[in-house]
Amino acid sequence: MGKTSDKKQKYKVIGTRPIRHDGADKVTGRAIYGSDLRLSGTVFGRILRSPHAHAKIKHIDTSAAEKLPGVLAVATAHDFPDLKDKIANLGEGSVNLAHLGANALAHGKALYKGHAVAAVAAVNQHVAEEAANLIKVDYEVLPSVTWVLDAMRDDAPLLHEDVRTNSMGKKGDKPTNIATHIHFETGDVDQAFAAADLVIEREFRTASVHQGYIEPHVCTALWNQDGHLTLWTSTQGSFTARAQTAELLQIPVSQVTVVPCEIGGGFGGKIAVYLEPVAAMLSRKCGRPVKMVMTREEVFEGTGPTPGSFMRVKLAATKEGKLTAGLAWLAYDAGAFPGGMIGPGCMCVFSCYEFPNARVDGYDVLDNKPKTQAYRAPGATQAAFACESVIDEMAERLGICPIEFRLKNAAKEGTRRVDGPTYPRIGFIETLEAAKNSDHWKTPIGGPNRGRGIASGYWFNIGLKSCAAANVNPDGTVSLIEGSTDIGGTRTSIAMQLAETLGISAEAVKPRVADTDGVGYTDVTGGSRTTFATGMAAHEVGLDIQKQMAERAAHLWECDPSKVECVDGAYKSNGKSMTFTELAGKLGETGGPVVGRASVDPQGSSNGFGTHIVDVEVDPETAKVTILRYTAIQDVGTAIHPSYVEGQMQGGAVQGIGWALNEEYVFDDKGRMQNPNYLDYRMPTALDVPMIDTIIVEVFNPAHPYGVRGVGETPIVAPPAAIANAIYHATGQRMGELPISPPRLWAAMAKK
Amino acid sequence: MAQVFIPVQWRDLTGGVAEVTLPGATLREIAAALEARFPGIQARLLDDGAIASGLAVSIDGAVTSRGLRATVPADCEVHFLPAIGGG
Repeated sequence: MGKTSDKKQKYKVIGTRPIRHDGADKVTGRAIYGSDLRLSGTVFGRILRSPHAHAKIKHIDTSAAEKLPGVLAVATAHDFPDLKDKIANLGEGSVNLAHLGANALAHGKALYKGHAVAAVAAVNQHVAEEAANLIKVDYEVLPSVTWVLDAMRDDAPLLHEDVRTNSMGKKGDKPTNIATHIHFETGDVDQAFAAADLVIEREFRTASVHQGYIEPHVCTALWNQDGHLTLWTSTQGSFTARAQTAELLQIPVSQVTVVPCEIGGGFGGKIAVYLEPVAAMLSRKCGRPVKMVMTREEVFEGTGPTPGSFMRVKLAATKEGKLTAGLAWLAYDAGAFPGGMIGPGCMCVFSCYEFPNARVDGYDVLDNKPKTQAYRAPGATQAAFACESVIDEMAERLGICPIEFRLKNAAKEGTRRVDGPTYPRIGFIETLEAAKNSDHWKTPIGGPNRGRGIASGYWFNIGLKSCAAANVNPDGTVSLIEGSTDIGGTRTSIAMQLAETLGISAEAVKPRVADTDGVGYTDVTGGSRTTFATGMAAHEVGLDIQKQMAERAAHLWECDPSKVECVDGAYKSNGKSMTFTELAGKLGETGGPVVGRASVDPQGSSNGFGTHIVDVEVDPETAKVTILRYTAIQDVGTAIHPSYVEGQMQGGAVQGIGWALNEEYVFDDKGRMQNPNYLDYRMPTALDVPMIDTIIVEVFNPAHPYGVRGVGETPIVAPPAAIANAIYHATGQRMGELPISPPRLWAAMAKK
Repeated sequence: MAQVFIPVQWRDLTGGVAEVTLPGATLREIAAALEARFPGIQARLLDDGAIASGLAVSIDGAVTSRGLRATVPADCEVHFLPAIGGG
């Protein structure tokens, strides 16, 4: 694992690799996941789902289910408040509550196969399942549509009669499945294409893919007799889950406590609530804790995949290799409700390069699939597949090394993106230089049927709100309480920033993720924000504690606090010195406990760029693609815990490999998913990929005290394009459709 | 004075003007100045008196979460963008 850095500061804790604080619980199986929870008197919930991709719900008869012995409650959409088009701000974005509620339990129409229609609670899972099957739903089956271009046609089946195209606030005048149209333009695009030495235009298609977290959605709800609702759930954001559930039930947030359990993966798919409001309603009705766990089939069919897409990208360049114009036309499906990932797709498609002239059109399109949800750099991977494939083709046609071509056009500080803003200090060029100097790039690939590909990718990385607090213990340790649910090891990366600030060891900080009553509001663990923003909060907690500790030292030494300085964690004044631990042992005699706290809300993006190199071998008989070697390179600002950073880069790369080669929702002609299980929905395993090498690039982010940029999302952006480019160099076949599965590649190779 | 970039999809209200320099210490004042210069533009920007859902405002490259109360420094750039969330 390599590392390049422009870091001037030297740290004692940051950049080291301590054992993670939750490591023992995780490896011994003692960590408490949602499925482990067993409250006294728990009953079990089950959801009845639509067998149709699109159908009017004419009537629901729950009488037979209610009469089944052991059934305690039945719920349908009629049990919930009417939330017609109410918009709620949920921190990372706003949500139409009517849509959110109708996704949790269908209102009037089932909009995709697997759409939840009704729910039951019973004494055990078997009775619950039997009761769910006794619910009679009278459907009027409607025509369905699952391909984005079909859904855009004027004669396509309409999902919502009231949807009008929103073009940055300007509403269309007719019913449509095109929920949003985004348009960016800069320069004189048509003139630039006319004057270019080389113009290449290509079309691309990508399938819907799922986030693929190992742990299914799970929730236990207890609506207590005093009216207080407690939810134990697997979520990326306990406060966001609280806000959504409270809004859907129209109760105050103070009436809801969300206890975040350990989480077995989310990747963007565990931000919206699904089970939580339903389990809460069932608990309210039966007065017992209600536990609900999705099957894998329900996860695939009932929770958000990332959008399938159709894209057209056209680029122009001079013969010297300078990009002069770009044009992108992107259509992403949103699934059953508006609000897909087209915005970031449009903003990311040209984000790696300087385009003096560019035009981007993007469409958010409703179709009969589950409501799409974020998935690691949502919208960026599809766009990068399209743009980076054409970039590679341009470099080849111009006879320029693909890294040199990217370097000639790379975005840098001051580059204005097509959507308008300019970049602050960024590290894209450094990732390209690191790629050029890597052992991987310098080592010839050799051998028949083999090819090397390279691609780059960008993701914004956000800030948002985080709170943290910490208590100094008499033994010199510090108990840290934070509100970011820990998906990727953030307890440790946050604790390390507090330790660095205080001059103590990482092990001396004891981090704990609190529930929504135990810590201040904290936005979701998403957007690659947690180590950045909650780490910033931990730093401020450290500064707060440091100030108070200096005051205690001054009290002991009977001097003015301004005369006490803190050096490497020791407090010193006029020849006297105490370590942090020594001073912590004397807090009782200097005024009592020291508690630090912080609330932060950093604005803006920390801008993550990555460049990936991949070697593949394609079996000429079967078209199976084998990944021979893979190197992920990324500017991470500062790697707080390099092992976790490497893990994020490796995990993102492997998910991108799955997206590139195998993963896809396969639908029949009635819009029913044909492969909702891990046998037929083919995710890569450890047997399918080599060791993913990483090169960490550290271009200090001036917007963070320790220079952190987000890490988790950027690594998934480049892989499909890098692999497609590698496959081209192995086979001579440019693939414009994901996944590049053996049947698809074989067909293309056979045609050639 | 802030340099305000007009989204392409609003330029039907600005006669094609893509950038304007406007006075305003807060986003609310910028929005009011925009409306005064280009009537109808607030209907695109605001919904029920707040930044419309689905929109974000970037001030000097940083998307603000402060809504119309956001401070607009002198000589800064203001962009109106689609709102995004991460995974």
